[in-house]
Amino acid sequence: MRSTVPLLFEQSHAGRRGADLPPMDVPETDALLPEELLGGALPLPELSEVELVRHYLGLSRRSAGVDNVTYLLGSCTMKYNPKINEEAASVFLDAHPLLNEDDLQGPFRMMCGLSAALCEITGMDAFTLQPAAGAHGEVTGLMIIKAYHELRGDTLRTEMLIPDAAHGTNPASAALAGFTTVEVKSAPDGGVDVEALKAKLGPRTAGLMLTNPSTLGLFERNILEIARLVHEAGGLLYYDGANMNAIMGKVRPGDMGFDVMHLNLHKTFSTPHGGGGPGAGPVGVKKELIPYLPAPVLVREGDTVRADYGRPLSVGRVRPFFGNFGILARAWAYILSLGSEGLMEASENAVLNANYLQHGLKSCYTLPHDRVCMHECVVQPGAFAKNGIRTMDIAKGLIDRGFHPPTVYFPLIVPEAMMFEPTETETRETLDRLVAAMCDIAKTAAEDPQALHDAPLSTPIGRPDETRAARSPVVRWTPGE
Amino acid sequence: MRSYVPHTEEERREMLATIGADSVGALFADIPEQARLARPLNLPKGKSEQEVRREFAALKPGAAALPLFRGAGAYRHYIPAVVDAVASRSEFYTAYTPYQPEMSQGLLQAIFEYQTLICELTGLEAANASVYDGGTACAETLGMFRGITRKNKVLYSAGLHPEYIGVLKTYARFSGYALAEIPLLPDGRTDIAAMGGELEGAAGMLLQSPNFFGAVEDTAAFAAAAHEKKALLAAVANPVSLGLLKRPGDMDADICVGEGQPLGIPLSAGGPYLGFMATKAAYIRHLPGRIAGETADPEGNRAFVLTLQAREQHIRREKAQSNICSNESLCALRAAVYLAAMGPAGMRETANLCLRHAHYLRDGILAIPGMRQRYNAPFFHEFVIDSDTDAALIDSRLRKSGFIGGLPLRRYFPADNGILYCATECNGREEIDAFLNALEEAAR
Amino acid sequence: MTPNDRRYTKEHEWIIVDGNKARLGITAHAQEALGDIVYVELPAVGDEVAAGASFAVVESVKAVSNVYTPAGGKVLSVNTALENEPELLNQAPYEHFLAELEVTALDEGALLTAEEYDALVASEG
Repeated sequence: MRSTVPLLFEQSHAGRRGADLPPMDVPETDALLPEELLGGALPLPELSEVELVRHYLGLSRRSAGVDNVTYLLGSCTMKYNPKINEEAASVFLDAHPLLNEDDLQGPFRMMCGLSAALCEITGMDAFTLQPAAGAHGEVTGLMIIKAYHELRGDTLRTEMLIPDAAHGTNPASAALAGFTTVEVKSAPDGGVDVEALKAKLGPRTAGLMLTNPSTLGLFERNILEIARLVHEAGGLLYYDGANMNAIMGKVRPGDMGFDVMHLNLHKTFSTPHGGGGPGAGPVGVKKELIPYLPAPVLVREGDTVRADYGRPLSVGRVRPFFGNFGILARAWAYILSLGSEGLMEASENAVLNANYLQHGLKSCYTLPHDRVCMHECVVQPGAFAKNGIRTMDIAKGLIDRGFHPPTVYFPLIVPEAMMFEPTETETRETLDRLVAAMCDIAKTAAEDPQALHDAPLSTPIGRPDETRAARSPVVRWTPGE
Repeated sequence: MRSYVPHTEEERREMLATIGADSVGALFADIPEQARLARPLNLPKGKSEQEVRREFAALKPGAAALPLFRGAGAYRHYIPAVVDAVASRSEFYTAYTPYQPEMSQGLLQAIFEYQTLICELTGLEAANASVYDGGTACAETLGMFRGITRKNKVLYSAGLHPEYIGVLKTYARFSGYALAEIPLLPDGRTDIAAMGGELEGAAGMLLQSPNFFGAVEDTAAFAAAAHEKKALLAAVANPVSLGLLKRPGDMDADICVGEGQPLGIPLSAGGPYLGFMATKAAYIRHLPGRIAGETADPEGNRAFVLTLQAREQHIRREKAQSNICSNESLCALRAAVYLAAMGPAGMRETANLCLRHAHYLRDGILAIPGMRQRYNAPFFHEFVIDSDTDAALIDSRLRKSGFIGGLPLRRYFPADNGILYCATECNGREEIDAFLNALEEAAR
Repeated sequence: MTPNDRRYTKEHEWIIVDGNKARLGITAHAQEALGDIVYVELPAVGDEVAAGASFAVVESVKAVSNVYTPAGGKVLSVNTALENEPELLNQAPYEHFLAELEVTALDEGALLTAEEYDALVASEG
């Protein structure tokens, strides 16, 4: 059943109010501001509270979250968001960030506890919690690498090596941090092509950015040799922590040879994705890099925690105040709840679920690499692809069968890729149902491909015209339309 | 201990048998022996929900419940109950980025509505789906300036929030921008004559109004002066003040950014917050971040999608103007509900209450011996007071009496004994009167 | 069907040289590979461009492509019709140029005839 919902502005009625305020309780005699500074009434919509609630509830029912749908997006770690985390974080809601330090001891202790736990989980020596997202963490970590080389007088090191299988934020962050990016060819399994890497390493190498497992969900078996090669060439090794959910309690980036890394708390550490944010991207470093961390750094002095702003080598601030504090609090609640055994159990079951899923999908789809995967697996369309059915059609068909599609067309080195990351919080029956749905799609593709071209049919709209949206962008409602 | 893994031991065994693996450990065989973690993580055992509740209760800052007269970039405002009710719908807060538009029309429409509301608030024509916060929004403006004018020199007012200046300097250092600070005049506003001298070869200027010290700037004059030299003007605005003050778009600013926290987002010890960004229609392709757009499906139904994606990092990679890969979606949703709930009347009333409460507070403070207002430019809801008593002493005495006073400026300026006070619609007359009594005692 | 009245490059551009002026565009193969073109970023009149460098960017919904010039020189004019109708490049890539240059350098060795270009496209598969 196709349907649309009117916009807020289309439901506006002059004079309606959705919120009330206390009456003016101080004298209003003189004009306090000169006329030329004053504006007119804002052209905002006017709705009552009941209309607002109905409107937004209607929109929520046309949206999909982990709480109502199985969300298999590879590389996004759509695990269940525990409700206790919301409750825990709420104790800080009314705290102003510029309270005196004596009054911020609770928040400071929370941040210290979180940093220490993240160090233990990752094998790094210190963390900054300022970055507000993974990409934000990346650019912060890369700035640290740049500052490190600059301060050693090694100004030749302007190149950041990045695998061609890497997520787009990697080269974008490198450019923001002032590096030129040098692409390193990946091996067909998404791992680093060691010979290609050797050819690019040199006196201009500032570092190499890697994720492990790779963007194909496969563990980089050569990691120790890669780390050695990069360090021998004088570079530092950056870990993109997007795939951390595969390895907690099993291996640590610090022990693999990484010098600096970021984590995505909204992936591995269960904080809600919020429809695209807010997240948090803490950055961890080995001890030689601690002087470069953004200020302030929290320091324990006996029973108190102090914010140390005296950091002359710091790269500087990357965000006002302390970072996305509410998200940090949720991650801390999660780590407290799981503890050492729970975190390892999460990774073990994430990897088990992905392999179980891969095994089921193998019967109807092509695996570009038939080997044990980590927390995510990549498949391609099978023989039915010759019917003109592409990955996009399969994804839309999956929507009609009640699942959120996997990540599609990434990584770029696998044509028509579908990347599934079930996470540890999906049940076996869900995975079995998913395999059945995917095989049903394969059957439909072979017997009635047009049905998939028409998909999705169960959603409020059919496939939108993205060309028109980009050619003639309409990014706001305008009155009189 | 919880891990939220639903499998039983038996199910795990059966799954392993199905895939032909001896044990879960076998699935990790690719990890080199030397690198493997051979011991459990050195963390405490997992806690029950009740224990987690107790842990967090012990961390709760008692001061958060006290009357607050401090702003400086984060503000206590009234949050209508409907905002929490909408933002707690888990279809919204557990959703991911709406990359599959057919099943995410609700979220995409909410973002489109948010973008429209930001345009209506700022008087500009195109807005993005938000960036992390006001400070990083200023940093993103650097990329816009360079993308539009191809120049690397950017001016900023000394009236910008010191922490925003900090973020600007970090990005400028590494991304290769030359920054020049334009000082303030004795009345608290930015010196437009000083800007004139620096405009040569500059891409544009960032001007915050009301500025960090509370003064309302003459944004129109700065926009005109910048345009004369073919430079751009980016206004950094307080969204609640726009219930009263002229909109940056109406003063011909090219870009408007700012901190959206005052729009229904709790203080939460500094985050998550909301960076809003809006610009003129001609510069839409230079907005960073996600943008929702309107289109139609094959049957002609109105549809919303993420659009203009070819600007973004996943496509442009190292040539992208920004690396941002997300937005503050849930915070943007809160801001949209807030703006829709308030409507024009609510925004006007809120701004008026802030203005009047702050001026009433100011009048009461000036009646206390030794207190002097530093700047005489018009102000909205913040102002700086100088006195002969040590600011830290005043602050700690007020705290003992159960009030959070204004911000001692020594926090950012080591030799400055001034205090930056703030009052919003949440500081009622009785509370202000009680505070004034305590302040008089504290200032002796 | 590849027009004989012009030359081509390995990066799928075409060039028509007329005295010391040259017109540049993209080929049918290029527009097909990009899909629906949604936006064209053109240089400014008066800009200097170097032989072998990128002088324009063509965007589709999901991709971005640099357009390179085998000729160096100064931009004399750009095809402003593409600002509102980028789809013209999909519809008639050989009829709509991107920019016209006053040529000061030309790497003749980098140019292919229509036949050579067709062979290249066939071999790229």
